[in-house]
Amino acid sequence: MAEVTLTDITKRFGDFTAVDDISMVIEDGKFTVLVGPSGCGKTTTLRMVAGLEEITEGDIRIGERIVNNVPPKDRDIAMVFQNYALYPHMDVYNNMAFGLKLRKTPKREIQDRVNEAAELLGIQDKLKSKPRELSGGQRQRVAVGRAIVRNPKVFLFDEPLSNLDAKLRVQMRTELEELHKKLQTTTIYVTHDQVEAMTLGDQIAVMKDGVIQQYAPPQTTYDHPTNQFVAGFIGSPGMNFLPADAAKQAGQIVLSGEGFEIRLPESRSRADVPPRVIVGVRPEDLDGPLPESTNALKLTVSVKEQLGHSLLVYGNISGSQVVASLDPHRQVELDATVNLSVNLETVHVFDPESLTTLI
Amino acid sequence: MMKRDALSPSRIAAKVPLHLAILLFAAIWIIPTLGLLITSFRDPASIAGTGWWTVFPKLFSGGQYSLENYIGVLQGEGLARSFLNSLIISVPATAISTFIASFAAFGFAWMRFTGRRTLFMLLVGLMVIPLQMTFIPILPIYSKLQLAGTFPGIWLAHTAYGLPLTTYLVHNFMAGIPKDLFDSAAIDGASPFKTFARIVMPISVPALASVFIFQFLWIWNDLLVGLIYLGGKPDVAPLTVSIANLVTNRGQDWELLTAAAFVSMALPLIVFFSLQRYFVRGILAGSVKG
Amino acid sequence: MGADGAKTGGLRGVARRVTSSVVGRAIWRVVGPIGRWLRSIRWTSWAFVAPALLLIGFFLVYPTLMTIFRSFFGRSTSLFGAPFVGLENWKYVFTNDVMLTALRNNALWAVLFTTCTVGFGLILAVLLDRVKYERIVKSIIFIPAAISMVGASVVWKFVYAWKPAYIDQIGVLNAVVVAFGGEPVGWLIQRPWVNNICLIIVGIWIWTGFCMVILSAAYKNIPKALLEAARIDGANEWRVFRRIILPLLAPTASVVATTMVVQVLKIFDIIFVMTNGNYSTEVIANRMYKEMFNFFNYGRASAIAVVLLILIVPFMIINIRRFAAQEGGR
Repeated sequence: MAEVTLTDITKRFGDFTAVDDISMVIEDGKFTVLVGPSGCGKTTTLRMVAGLEEITEGDIRIGERIVNNVPPKDRDIAMVFQNYALYPHMDVYNNMAFGLKLRKTPKREIQDRVNEAAELLGIQDKLKSKPRELSGGQRQRVAVGRAIVRNPKVFLFDEPLSNLDAKLRVQMRTELEELHKKLQTTTIYVTHDQVEAMTLGDQIAVMKDGVIQQYAPPQTTYDHPTNQFVAGFIGSPGMNFLPADAAKQAGQIVLSGEGFEIRLPESRSRADVPPRVIVGVRPEDLDGPLPESTNALKLTVSVKEQLGHSLLVYGNISGSQVVASLDPHRQVELDATVNLSVNLETVHVFDPESLTTLI
Repeated sequence: MMKRDALSPSRIAAKVPLHLAILLFAAIWIIPTLGLLITSFRDPASIAGTGWWTVFPKLFSGGQYSLENYIGVLQGEGLARSFLNSLIISVPATAISTFIASFAAFGFAWMRFTGRRTLFMLLVGLMVIPLQMTFIPILPIYSKLQLAGTFPGIWLAHTAYGLPLTTYLVHNFMAGIPKDLFDSAAIDGASPFKTFARIVMPISVPALASVFIFQFLWIWNDLLVGLIYLGGKPDVAPLTVSIANLVTNRGQDWELLTAAAFVSMALPLIVFFSLQRYFVRGILAGSVKG
Repeated sequence: MGADGAKTGGLRGVARRVTSSVVGRAIWRVVGPIGRWLRSIRWTSWAFVAPALLLIGFFLVYPTLMTIFRSFFGRSTSLFGAPFVGLENWKYVFTNDVMLTALRNNALWAVLFTTCTVGFGLILAVLLDRVKYERIVKSIIFIPAAISMVGASVVWKFVYAWKPAYIDQIGVLNAVVVAFGGEPVGWLIQRPWVNNICLIIVGIWIWTGFCMVILSAAYKNIPKALLEAARIDGANEWRVFRRIILPLLAPTASVVATTMVVQVLKIFDIIFVMTNGNYSTEVIANRMYKEMFNFFNYGRASAIAVVLLILIVPFMIINIRRFAAQEGGR
């Protein structure tokens, strides 16, 4: 069990910079998720921690030790791959035992560890099966089991649930959470799915273009995103962004755009805002339809989607699509123009040039 | 294929030329070998006097057949010895070749070293080198090393000559192994050699089997290398060389020639029929553009 | 320093003091692990490819260079000690009658053999796909590829057998000719075209199966939906073949064709066994063998071998280029 520290880590492939000078501390025993769109550098970072990619610049420490030049097998880590990477010619038992055998672990101990892990994952009766005889979920469990038996300081997960169907994914997710509760091993988990990040992570690092946009607990990235990218990435359906004019009037910031005027409360009007801004409102922070239009968006409904637990209403404002997530029992007519109230405590304002969060 | 009205008269009529064409091909292809097979069981007088097709009316009456020719050719002409020689040449040469090629293929596919790409391209280029380019300089060296006319000598030669193609074929397969298997092995703590021995080789068995069979038949059927490296000495000559000599010396003795030819064909035919799948896969490895 | 005075004296002492100094230790801490790690990877990689490279170097690369060198020298019984004769061997290769015949024959082989093996292979691949007994016929066509060329030569020598007209024929071909009222033909003797073509037929018989197997696999790789869409669009079978099947098979056919051409330029076994190059059937590989083993003229033999190499080099380049294009990413 150990802390993983990345200091000024950069990875370049020729002219292309995949990871650009990132530094972070992954705390001991915590489940940390690296999340972001494809190509953001999250997998490259993970592989550098594993020792599967060479580090162009910077240091990685596991515990107190700098591991830059330490080969993967000596870093005391274990990794679970997206495609499971199970050895096809070995049965489940030997797949899990392989690493231990190479380390000359005594046979008795191997048996104990493998059986214990198998029981933990519910695959005890599959120990003699070959990978091709197993379902996707079972294979994933074997891959996890192979990592557990090594008792490593750090678990590394590379999008392990991407190849599973939706239902199985949810099931495996909860199993991973229970596993982490039991084992409490430092874990670094890479995914492009923000739902996985939000549900699994103690801390999540949102990455884009090789740079960490925000590194914070999940709820913080939801409530207080540091920039427009994080705001739009976390939460589904994503936050609505609308261009607006901003001005301070009598101690309140007034945001006016096509079809809306919003006056922020004084407590939220302290910051300096440029004349043009981007307003961000989450779909779930819109409510209606309302009779009046103060602090509301005027939306002409083009599409309705009934999800059962909510009603999604789509429209168009200033050329961009806007979506609202309403109570499923609200009555909304297609092509009607409705007023949807904006939650003044959660609306965000972004600088249009730097995209950072102002309010 | 859509078999909607497979039995309608127009469809059958349309298919008749197709079947005829195919049967014509098949007939042309099989008749020569058939002639050889039948002749090898007939006595010299019958062979010289009548065509082999004359057996057809009385195809299954036993009296006209005998194994005389085979006995004559195996004992009298020493072909039994040659058969053994062919085995002694082919099996070890193929085994060594496949073994060394596997090592090299793995190195080229998964290890990093300077000049890897250039060297492999050289290997690809060498696949077509005419062997004639190699004999004249090697033979004097062989004489000095006392390898001329010996089995180890030809083992090395066949191994080396076969290496470019064999390595290329095995490399094709090994390069297709998913990368994360190697990542996993690295994390599990396997050295390159352990990864090769414990993971890559077991996975490669089907490909290696195909390559082995392909290479084995190639060496078994080879004439030129046998002539050059073992030519003058009849007691180590493989079947191909012995039969070539037989044709030169006993050109009209069809009873011997046909039996001899069949002795040399027997093994490849058995291998072919029982292991057809592997043989074909060996040829297809890397040849088909999907 | 004083307690182990014996160890601190002399070179060893100096070395020890340097390496244990702060600077020395710092340098070693950086160089040591890196050096060890680097060295370990390099050595292991080379260990894997070294045996193959050594064998190839000795049996293929070194002799090829030496043979080119040798072609400029005259007769001698050993590799060295032959007089330098410049281009004399080369003049022989390109002006001697028998050599010219051989070159002509190889050209004939190249054209006829390649067209027929690839052509028949293609036709068979497409036709056989439409019948139920495909597997059996494929095996029949492929069998000659499994037997040696020596065996095939005996098979066909027998087919071409000639007996005088007044007794029964024993060779199938002459029997057919006689049955149709003709005179038996000395198939392997009739120069200059008949006997060469007869030899080429043997080659075609052997290698068509090989081409057929590869082209058949490529053909089966064409998504059936493509052909069905064309048929629904109104194309007849011939059009489908020309406009869809042929273009899609062209890359594979091209690979197969170059393989065949390379085979045929080196063709040896069939001619050696059936005619030994007599009656105007000589080929380059057989000439080389004769110069080497019958006449012991190593200089000339080397020159002939180099001719083979020159003919093959364009295909070597094509192969390498193709391979490099395929392997773009790695």
